[in-house]
Amino acid sequence: METIFDLARAQRRAGAQVPAPESVEDLPKTALREHLPALPEVSELQAVRHYTRLSGLNYSIDTQFYPLGSCTMKYNPRGTHRAASTPGFLDRHPLAPVSVSQGFLACLHELQEILQRATGMGSVSLTPMAGAQGEFAGVAMIRSYHAARGDTGRNEILVPATAHGTNPATASMCGCIVREVAVGPDGDVEIEALKAAVGPATAGLMTTNPSTCGLFERRIEEIAAIVHDAGGLLYYDGANLNAVLGKVKPADMGFDVLHLNLHKTFATPHGGGGPGAGPVGAGELLAPYLPGPIVEKTAEGYRWTEPPHSIGRLSAFMGNAGILLRALAYALMLGSEGMQRVGEFATLNANYLAARLGQEGFDIAYPNRRACHEFIVTLAAQKRRFGVSAMDFAKRLLDYGVHAPTTYFPLLVPECFLIEPTETESKEEIDAFVDAMANVLAEAESNPELVKSAPHDLPAKRLDDVEAARRLDLRWQARKRSL
Amino acid sequence: MPFLPHTNADVASMLAVVGAADIDELFDEIPSNLLNTGRGNNAPAAGDAAGMSEMEMLRHMAERARADETGPCFLGAGAYDHHIPSAVWDIASRGEFMTAYTPYQAEASQGTLQLVYEFQTMMSELTGMDVCNASVYDGGSGLAETILMAVRAGERRSKGRPAGGRRRVALAGAVHPLYVAAARNIVGHQGIDIVQLPYGENGLADPGRVTGLSEPPAAVVVQQPNFFGLLENVDAITDQAHECGALTVACVNPMTLGLLKAPANWGDGGADIVCGDGQPLGIPMASGGPSFGFICTRQSLVRQLPGRIVGRTRDLDGNPGFTLTLQAREQHIRRAKATSNICTNQGLLVTAATIYLSLLGPEGLRNVASACHARTRDVVAALELPRRFDAPYFHECVLRLGQPAQPIVETMASRGMLGGLALGPYFSDLSDCLLVCATEKRTTSDIRQFANALQDAVRRAA
Repeated sequence: METIFDLARAQRRAGAQVPAPESVEDLPKTALREHLPALPEVSELQAVRHYTRLSGLNYSIDTQFYPLGSCTMKYNPRGTHRAASTPGFLDRHPLAPVSVSQGFLACLHELQEILQRATGMGSVSLTPMAGAQGEFAGVAMIRSYHAARGDTGRNEILVPATAHGTNPATASMCGCIVREVAVGPDGDVEIEALKAAVGPATAGLMTTNPSTCGLFERRIEEIAAIVHDAGGLLYYDGANLNAVLGKVKPADMGFDVLHLNLHKTFATPHGGGGPGAGPVGAGELLAPYLPGPIVEKTAEGYRWTEPPHSIGRLSAFMGNAGILLRALAYALMLGSEGMQRVGEFATLNANYLAARLGQEGFDIAYPNRRACHEFIVTLAAQKRRFGVSAMDFAKRLLDYGVHAPTTYFPLLVPECFLIEPTETESKEEIDAFVDAMANVLAEAESNPELVKSAPHDLPAKRLDDVEAARRLDLRWQARKRSL
Repeated sequence: MPFLPHTNADVASMLAVVGAADIDELFDEIPSNLLNTGRGNNAPAAGDAAGMSEMEMLRHMAERARADETGPCFLGAGAYDHHIPSAVWDIASRGEFMTAYTPYQAEASQGTLQLVYEFQTMMSELTGMDVCNASVYDGGSGLAETILMAVRAGERRSKGRPAGGRRRVALAGAVHPLYVAAARNIVGHQGIDIVQLPYGENGLADPGRVTGLSEPPAAVVVQQPNFFGLLENVDAITDQAHECGALTVACVNPMTLGLLKAPANWGDGGADIVCGDGQPLGIPMASGGPSFGFICTRQSLVRQLPGRIVGRTRDLDGNPGFTLTLQAREQHIRRAKATSNICTNQGLLVTAATIYLSLLGPEGLRNVASACHARTRDVVAALELPRRFDAPYFHECVLRLGQPAQPIVETMASRGMLGGLALGPYFSDLSDCLLVCATEKRTTSDIRQFANALQDAVRRAA
């Protein structure tokens, strides 16, 4: 599609949005620009039509089944968006005095308590702005804890080989060294490898449970004991909490600190890349190190407070407040009974989908294990027989009007799809996805070229990523108008 | 549970396919002592076990929101009360934008990808830089990412030579104290040191202090307008930083760039990295988030840039299309050696900002900027209070009240007015000072009301 810059004409404008000019004669000339920036010059209708049309080029939860593993693309209730868009919330200034912020603070306090009960953690800080920032907070807290005890040699963070890339990247950002722990053929962490990896340098272990293989780590209590006995602490990456929400609490499994992805488990929208929110919860040991500010309830009302040994703030204000309000609105509509249903029906949908795909001839990566909220299909056999890769398969699925599952993650399983249907999808939608998968499988056998050159019916044919990186074109330029 | 589509018949037929007697059986791999400990009083949600209807939830939330409504806002300090064209959020809230994931499947995400490419172009135009990323979390954490980037870039340039001050960054004058706090908390874990060069009696950074540092830092950070709303001598600071071999990092409010000199044109060489918070571009204050942080830079530093970047390429038919590019910098490819751990960013806010900038255009943004300055000038003229610093201000300025400012702010709040920010908690020598801000939204009547309320509060407290 044409860019907004292609539509622009000199001196065209959206007149209703342009305030009257004002004199700025009093400002020093050296501080001012000589030419106006080359922003688009379009009418209001042109802008509205352009971006409305662009929206139509996206797949989204509201328009397609979106079984993206590890991303929990469940329905984002519209009511939560409306609740967070109430003027009193939207117009509230982040530095408004507490005396005129009691409604907002009450909401945050209510959410803190809900998340404490959902995870079993005694304290929660809502401030981290996404999962990766929550991870950063958790590892920084672990480091601060060890440092406060004078235990300064602990700079290693252990992660299972299947860990999400943010785990090792976070450990590095916190100045730690990353050690990977092998995962066995049954998908669980290898206990002997873990025992060999822990030692006086162990700061902690970061892991999800269920793992990124969609399997519940059955020996999690033994893992916790090994890490704790070595003097390390346990970090729970909440990326997969949707599988066990309302069923299992991370604190019961032995975790010391965790983050939640509210944009996954608590149904806030992904926004084409963000925003998210990654609140951090901690037990007694690490609560004093939580990032601030936290909301405290006193006899005089709600107020902000900083934990005594806080790692400090990680953003200018108090995090992605609007996302926190959406998560609260979602939790209020679920109620405690509804929250317990989340993990149950996410698991039912995943197990049903795995069984149906197995019946259609797909290889389930861990056929002897129970799937949690997601599971892995490996297309290694199809690659061998038909020359059709998981990437080709994914692109062809797009032609069937469904979003592709996560591809090539976790790295451990070759040619893999990580598939997460979520609890809000109906049996009919899941069945339609099975039909699409079966059709693509048939095509892979009968007409592999059709699959390898997919997609065919989308706004773009297969895009050349190599070309994109080799000949960087990161901004529109007038001289390229002819492209 | 309000969002489950399953009928009893569905559940029965699905369990039959799975070969399980009931849903509980699906949890049979989980140690039984870990299961279902959260029942009864220990249950997770607030309120009713059954949950609220949407109507009840909205009523509950609206009551809370109503309690926080205030009159006209004269508080800025990093979050600004601008007019947002109606079309911005009508379009940004479309499910196709709001409920899409990160555009990893490029062919099914051309809407988001093209929009981000347009955003990168607009931000590059505003700052004068070559490239912009697809956002980081906010201005504060974005400053941290920018400092890490500057240190990486410095280490590459000085390979083989003594490290010296290469893991040190200097802040020239009054940079937003909450940005600085976030940056310290984030970069401190990598042993990076942030040194503060004090502001002078006029509220501005002294360019001479930069070259006076015993060991040249990796970068010098300057905010324009600075935290006090004053216009820094960015040309001299940029030149001094470059003279001692440091990079210049500009922290800017993108709205002001409708009028102010693009950082790429500061001094002889221009700023090397530009960061800031995009909230003024069509994003509600919303208690400080979500907004978005951005980082722009020169082409030569693009591989040190954190966060996602969209590039234009071609599809199999040779038609132009868009995709995420340079992903080898990112955590999902490079893992422990990535430029940052950032994954989820602030995409939806970038969507809003892109629509905002398209609607405003060059003239609209310039006029918003000049109206903000003019209204703040009106505020200063309406008050009989002295300014604390005499350097030129943009759309915020520091007033000296001659008595502690915090109680004055409280008095104003009790009358439903956000009267500004008391600076004492951030700068101990400015406890009698108030930072005030006016945007294009403030009317003559708002300003008169504010001036009367403030002067009345000051008189009564004196």
